[in-house]
Amino acid sequence: MNAAWLPLTTLATSLLAAVAIFILPEEARRLRTSINLVAAVSKIILVTLMIGRVSEGYQDTFSFQIIGGIDFVLRADALGVMFAGLSSLLWLCTTIYAIGYLEGAANRKRFFGFFSLCVASTLGIALAGNLFTFLIFYEMLTLSTYPLVVHSGTAKALAAGRVYLRYTLTAGVVLLLGVVMLYSLTGDHSFASERGLAHYLNDHRGLLTLIFALLVGGLAVKAAMVPLHGWLPRAMVAPAPVSALLHAVAVVKAGAFGILRIIYDLYGIELSVELGVTTALAIAASITIIYGSVRAIAQQELKPRLAYSTISQVSYVVLGVSLFGPFGTIGALAHLLHQGLMKVTLFFCAGNYAEELGIHRIDEMNGAGKRMPLTSLAFTVGAFGMIGLPPIAGFITKWYLGIGAIQGGMYWVVAVLVASSTLNAMYFLPIVHRLWFRPGPAHGQGEWPKEQCLGRLETHGWLLWPAVFTALISLGAGLLAGLPFSPLDWAARVAVGEYLP
Amino acid sequence: MIWRFGLLNATFEPLWLTHWALAATLVLPILFGLLGALFSTRRVLPVALACLPILLAGGLLLIDYQQAGLLRWQWQVAGVTISLRLNGLGILMLLVTQWVGAAAALYTPGHLRLTNPGKLSRWLWPLMGVLISALSLIWVAADLLTLYAALELMGLAAVGMLLLSGKPAALVAGMRYLLLTLVGSLAYLLGVALVLGYWGQLDLQTLADVVEPGPVAWVAAALMGAGLALKAALFPLHGWLTPVHESAWTPVSALHAALVIKASLFILVMLWSILLPGTSFAPQLVAWLGMLAIVWGGLVAWRANSLKTLVASSTVAQLGYLMVVFPLLLGPDIAPLPQALAWQGFWLQLIGHALAKAAMFMAAGNLILATGESSLKGLAGSSRRLPLSLLIFGIASVTLMGLPPSAGFTAKWLLLQAMVMTQQWVAVAALLVGTLLTAAYVFRVFRYSFDEQAPRHHYQPLAPGMDLIALCLALAAFGLGLLAHLPLSLLHGGVV
Repeated sequence: MNAAWLPLTTLATSLLAAVAIFILPEEARRLRTSINLVAAVSKIILVTLMIGRVSEGYQDTFSFQIIGGIDFVLRADALGVMFAGLSSLLWLCTTIYAIGYLEGAANRKRFFGFFSLCVASTLGIALAGNLFTFLIFYEMLTLSTYPLVVHSGTAKALAAGRVYLRYTLTAGVVLLLGVVMLYSLTGDHSFASERGLAHYLNDHRGLLTLIFALLVGGLAVKAAMVPLHGWLPRAMVAPAPVSALLHAVAVVKAGAFGILRIIYDLYGIELSVELGVTTALAIAASITIIYGSVRAIAQQELKPRLAYSTISQVSYVVLGVSLFGPFGTIGALAHLLHQGLMKVTLFFCAGNYAEELGIHRIDEMNGAGKRMPLTSLAFTVGAFGMIGLPPIAGFITKWYLGIGAIQGGMYWVVAVLVASSTLNAMYFLPIVHRLWFRPGPAHGQGEWPKEQCLGRLETHGWLLWPAVFTALISLGAGLLAGLPFSPLDWAARVAVGEYLP
Repeated sequence: MIWRFGLLNATFEPLWLTHWALAATLVLPILFGLLGALFSTRRVLPVALACLPILLAGGLLLIDYQQAGLLRWQWQVAGVTISLRLNGLGILMLLVTQWVGAAAALYTPGHLRLTNPGKLSRWLWPLMGVLISALSLIWVAADLLTLYAALELMGLAAVGMLLLSGKPAALVAGMRYLLLTLVGSLAYLLGVALVLGYWGQLDLQTLADVVEPGPVAWVAAALMGAGLALKAALFPLHGWLTPVHESAWTPVSALHAALVIKASLFILVMLWSILLPGTSFAPQLVAWLGMLAIVWGGLVAWRANSLKTLVASSTVAQLGYLMVVFPLLLGPDIAPLPQALAWQGFWLQLIGHALAKAAMFMAAGNLILATGESSLKGLAGSSRRLPLSLLIFGIASVTLMGLPPSAGFTAKWLLLQAMVMTQQWVAVAALLVGTLLTAAYVFRVFRYSFDEQAPRHHYQPLAPGMDLIALCLALAAFGLGLLAHLPLSLLHGGVV
């Protein structure tokens, strides 16, 4: 039994929310908030339903013909619902956070409208059943993110928006060329197809490699792989909820997820290894991991440091993919979720520090743990997770990646992992140290840059609870990794599906 | 290629209802236009009532075509045979003309009320009616003489509409346009004379049978091609286009950019496929010029300081996309599959551009009307006050950029696929570069509008519906990308 309505309705929740928000007047704050929350909650329910259906073995598919030979396909498969689950969960968190963050700010209608569109695009990316559909939502994501990046309307934000567009639209064109060439060679190729492209190998080896380079090259810009990462640190001028969404699930992850789809569901792992592209990808990912971490250490401000950390962390996913073997795959897939949870926590906390205390620079953070204990606890959980300390989710992925590297015989990858963890510790531990162990304004030394008392608690409740919630989930994903439907369990299910047909 | 234009014998005779529908399509616009001049209306309701029967007639023709397939009419008038035919492409273009025309007509009352031009404005209605009728005739005409008459009528009506605004700049630009369009017609007429003198035929279908390649066909094709290219503002004959749009009224610009130049292009492709089947030189030349057009039009739009110049120059670049396809449509030895893809992509791009450009001109007109400034700098800070007009501009520009899921994207996809199959890598590069250039100039508009530090101006409120009509057009262009099989299924030649 095929429930075609399910993927469609799930997509429609965010799309309709966006349309409704655009129609409502700017002043209708309460109604807009209700629409946002109702849509986000119903989306979580729908995605949960979808996960249930997938675990029962169904693949709900919605499709219709666009032009001869090319269909628009939404399909709920294991990999897709994994990303959809992350997207819907974080949509709720970031929406709540954004409502608190933008209280009293201008242009909220535009913000929430495009925010919903952005999330709808990520869901479309997750559920896209072929490359054509993927491309549609991928470009939609580019466009819907631009107004969010330039939201503040300052000269700096506008310049960042320009850089963002230069990178992503050029990448989109490269990707389009790759997709068109692939379609000309193979016709419409569903992600659900078991055959892969292996039977084109003998006649079209060079062409397949070229197309792979175009596709992954186009996707790598959004995944912020070095040297195509230049837009990401600049896009930090966006409001904190946008940064959180961008780094945790929307843009950066869309690129990484695309690479996953290309390798697992389009080319197939055997073919990718045969073409030798995975080794190249592993090297590129390793360079990105080290480079991102090194640059992160050099940053004096909190948000840019987190941005460079993202550049480094997202390439773990790519690295895991390029290790041939189930453990690398599990590590990559689990990290897709884990990194999203931890990074969103960190960005929420960074936003809280900036809103409540006016802290932007790291050397202003002394003693903030006393003033904002819950936020600082959440930050600490996220930071430890990024370093890979047990029992937080980040540890699990690094562990699986390490095993995968050893099994694949790529011992230098282990060295990269160790080096990266050391670097992570070097740029996160000083912050944690400042938070808890250095005396600061809370102890009567100096003053916060710009203190506002936003709520009865340490800060506004709408800002605090999302951060605490995601921190708890990051912790839970690590502690309870053995339970069914944990990120690790689901990643293992996807990996088994890939390796044991 | 000939069969794609429906130049075949029909299987069925048209029903009596079809006759009436055709007559209504061709005559009613003029009739209502005259009524409009008589009553000098500035209200929406009478305009809507006038549009309704015309749109109904169009719908009837569509139904008849779907049931009976290709339809043909022939009359003998004073020894001259007039022949019309209605094929899939014809009905498709007819519908686009009617709907865009209706949108422009519905937009006009609000525009007239807000700008309050002089008494001349009442003549806009009959001119608009003549324009729509002439366009409708072009899509169905099947002999050179009818085509000429319709083309001339369309050109004169267009010039008249552009002159109406009465500003000195408009008069200068309009007179230049008049001169050029007459030169274009003359060149076309010379070509017709040559064809008539040599083969003694005006009917396109018979002509297609008797034409053989040779100097006469080449010279005739060159004359007609040059004349039509001038009228269609194909690069490098586009110089008149921007000044004309700079001072024209918004609905006039919308109609002109969406339909008028497309009609000349349509005739050009049709005549060349008859006169120059399977030649490579002329289409290749057009394609090279098209690549230059994409780059040149994009650069001019990028450098533009005025919003209308930007939108008008973008037309030059967008026409370049269509010119690049010429070798695939007309060239020799093109395999059937890429040719079919190119054919579909060509018309989808043309329709998508028509809808999107009309929407964009209306959105730009709204922005200019509301801010009172026509420069890009005047838009600073408008995103807060005029979000809807900007959103429409954005949706329309998605189609122009060719980003999914718009009609522009699906069209570009089809064209790229055809070009990759035939290994035309330069053309592929031109299309992709065009995407980036379009994005560059479109987002310049948004960069200004998102500026939050700009001083606040007083904005003139818009008439209700002015944004709504533009939004409908923009959404149509946007959604057509996903629903592309609906128009494309009409394009599968004249045979059902």
